[in-house]
Amino acid sequence: MITAGIDCGAKTVKVLILKDGRVIGKSLALAGFDTKAATEQSFNIALRGAGLSKNDIQRIVATGAGRLEAAFLAKEETTEVAADARGAIKLFPSARTVIDVGAEEGRAIKIDRNGKVVDFAVNEKCAAGAGAFMEAMSRALEVPLEELGELTLKSQRAVPMNAQCVVFAESEVVTLIHAKTPKEDISRAIHDAISDRIVSMVRRIGLERDVVLIGGVAKNIGFVNSLNRDLELEVKIPEEPEFVGALGAAILAAE
Amino acid sequence: MIAHYGYKDASGEYFIILDTEKCDGCGACVDACRWGVLEVGVDPNNPFHEEPIVLVTEEHRNKLKYSCAQCKPVSDRPPLPCVSACPNGALSHSW
Amino acid sequence: MAQEVRTTGEYWRWTESRWNDPDIDWRKAKTITAGVDVGSVSSQAVIMVDGKIFATGNMRTGSSSPDSALNVTNWALEGTGMKIEDIHYTVGTGYGRVNVPFAQKAITEIACHARGANWIYGPTVRTLLDMGGQDCKAIHCDEKGKVINFLMNDKCAAGTGRGMEVFADLLAVPITKIGEVSFQIDEEPPAVNSTCVVFAKTEATGLLRAGWPKEKVIAAYCSAMAHRVAELLERIGVEKDFVITGGISKNIGVVKRLEKELGIETLKTDFDVQLAGAVGAALFAQALLKKHRSAA
Repeated sequence: MITAGIDCGAKTVKVLILKDGRVIGKSLALAGFDTKAATEQSFNIALRGAGLSKNDIQRIVATGAGRLEAAFLAKEETTEVAADARGAIKLFPSARTVIDVGAEEGRAIKIDRNGKVVDFAVNEKCAAGAGAFMEAMSRALEVPLEELGELTLKSQRAVPMNAQCVVFAESEVVTLIHAKTPKEDISRAIHDAISDRIVSMVRRIGLERDVVLIGGVAKNIGFVNSLNRDLELEVKIPEEPEFVGALGAAILAAE
Repeated sequence: MIAHYGYKDASGEYFIILDTEKCDGCGACVDACRWGVLEVGVDPNNPFHEEPIVLVTEEHRNKLKYSCAQCKPVSDRPPLPCVSACPNGALSHSW
Repeated sequence: MAQEVRTTGEYWRWTESRWNDPDIDWRKAKTITAGVDVGSVSSQAVIMVDGKIFATGNMRTGSSSPDSALNVTNWALEGTGMKIEDIHYTVGTGYGRVNVPFAQKAITEIACHARGANWIYGPTVRTLLDMGGQDCKAIHCDEKGKVINFLMNDKCAAGTGRGMEVFADLLAVPITKIGEVSFQIDEEPPAVNSTCVVFAKTEATGLLRAGWPKEKVIAAYCSAMAHRVAELLERIGVEKDFVITGGISKNIGVVKRLEKELGIETLKTDFDVQLAGAVGAALFAQALLKKHRSAA
C-alpha cells in the first residue's frame, strides 16, 4: 500500500510517502504566507522523488496546525499529537515520552508500547514556549539560527535570563550584549530558558523513558544539551526529526 | 485585600490569589510548597499592615505556569499542597 | 506659579516637567513629605507641605535608580530654597522604590497609585488601570483609595505599551498617532486573533499581504489590546468611576474601544496623572510621619 502524510506546520510543510512501511519519497518546503501553495509544491517534489504520480497514492492524511490548507489533497486529517506518537513509536519502539518543539507550539506526549496516546500537554499561543523564541533570540543576538546551538558549546558559565516573554527577552539580550556578556553564555541562557519551559511541561505528564525528541529543534545541539541536563537522561533523536509528524500521518493512512 | 500574584499571557491566566484579611502569616503554605514559590514577609502593598503575610517570591511571580506545573499533572490532579495547607482558606489558584 | 516643561519628543508617554507653588512658605511648615516614583522610563517627585502639593518634578530615569531619585527631587526643588534634607519623611515607590537613598519607606506602585488617584480624581474612583511601557496594573479600590483587589502583569508584553510599540514599528506609524489612525477606517474590523505579540505580528503581516490598509490593521490591534485589558479588569471587578493612567491613557484607539467594551466611560482630569504614584507616596509619607510623631 502506498500512502502519504502531510504535516503543515506553522513554518514548514513536510510531505512523506510510504510504501509498505518503507519511506520512498519526502520533501520539506517553507510555508511562507501561502501554506496551500507550499503544500502543493512539497507534495509534487515528494512524488517526483518517489517516481510516482498523484493517482498512485492510495490514501493521504494531513496533520499540523495548518492541516486544513491541505484539504485539497488530503481527505482525512489527524491531530499533531496522534501523528507524533505514531511516528515516534515506529522509529523507537522503546519510546514512552515524545517531545516535539515546533515553531509555534511545544508538546509533550506520553504513549504506550503501541504508540497510543496516554496523556499530553501543550505549550501554545505564547511564543516563549516554542521555537519562535529561539528564532527571535537568534535575531537579537545576530547569530544565524543554525549556529545558535553550537555556540553554547563554548559557554564558560551560566548567566540567568529573567524575561519570560520573547519581546522582553529581546531587550534583555541586547542589555547582556551591552554588558559585554559573551555571546556563548547568552546563547546558553537562551537554551536553558526554553528547556526549562519544555521540561516543566514534560513533568506535568510524568516523565517515562525512553524520551524521544522530534521537530526541527532536535537538530539544535544547545537545546538538546540543556534538555538532557534538565531531564537527567539522554533523549533519543531520529535522523530526520522534522519528518516524524508526517511519518506518523502516513502510517495512520496505511491503517 | 485580594492580591493577584502572577500574570496573564496568551496561553492563559496564572495567578496565585491571596486574601490578605484571611492570611495570618503562619507559613504553612510556604512549608508545603516544594518549589520555593511562596515566602512570608511584610506586605509591600499595604503600608499600614505590619504583621507578616504570605507573598509570591519575585523569582517565581512571572513563571508560575512553569513553577507550579509539577503540582498540576494533566490527569488525576491531586489537591494543591499550598492551598490545602492553609488553615484559613486564604489561598487559591486561578488555573 | 513657576512652571517649566521640556519636551523631549522621544516617547509619547512622558514629557519632562516641573512645577512649584511660590505662595506656600515651606519654612513655617509642620510637615514636609515627599513621594518619589522611580519608574523604568520616567521618575517623578512630589513634595507636600502640610498636605498641599508644593513642588513636582518629572524626568527621564537614568541608568542608576538612586541618582534618578536624587535628580528628580532636586529638579522639583530647584529655586524653592528647600533642600532634600528639609524633607521630614519620604516614601519611595515604583520599580526602583528600594533604591531611593533618602526614603524612610518603600511602598508598591499598587498602593500608591490607588491613593494618588483617590486624591487626584476624588473619592468616587473605584477602578484604576495603569498601563506603562513595560507593565500593566489593574486596581479596585474603596472610597478612601485603599486597595480592595489588584493584579499586575509585567511578564507578557501583550498587555503593555511595549506591545503597541512593536506594532507602531511594524506599520511605521509614530506611536503618538496610533490612536487617531486607528479610527481612519470605514468599518471596525475584527480584532487581531493572537494575543502573543510575536504571533500577532505574524498575523498582521499576513493581513497586510492580504491587502488590508495599515489603518485597519492598527484598528484590529487596538481592539485586541482593549479586549485583553477588559479581561484583566474583569478579574478584579470593574466598577464606576473608572480611570486610566500611564502611557495608554493617551492612546484613544485603545481607550475608546475599552470604554465601549466595558460600557463605562473614564473620568478625565487636567492634573498630570503621571504624578499619581508620587502623589500617593507623598500622602502615605504624611500619614506615616504623623504615626511616627505620635508614637514618639
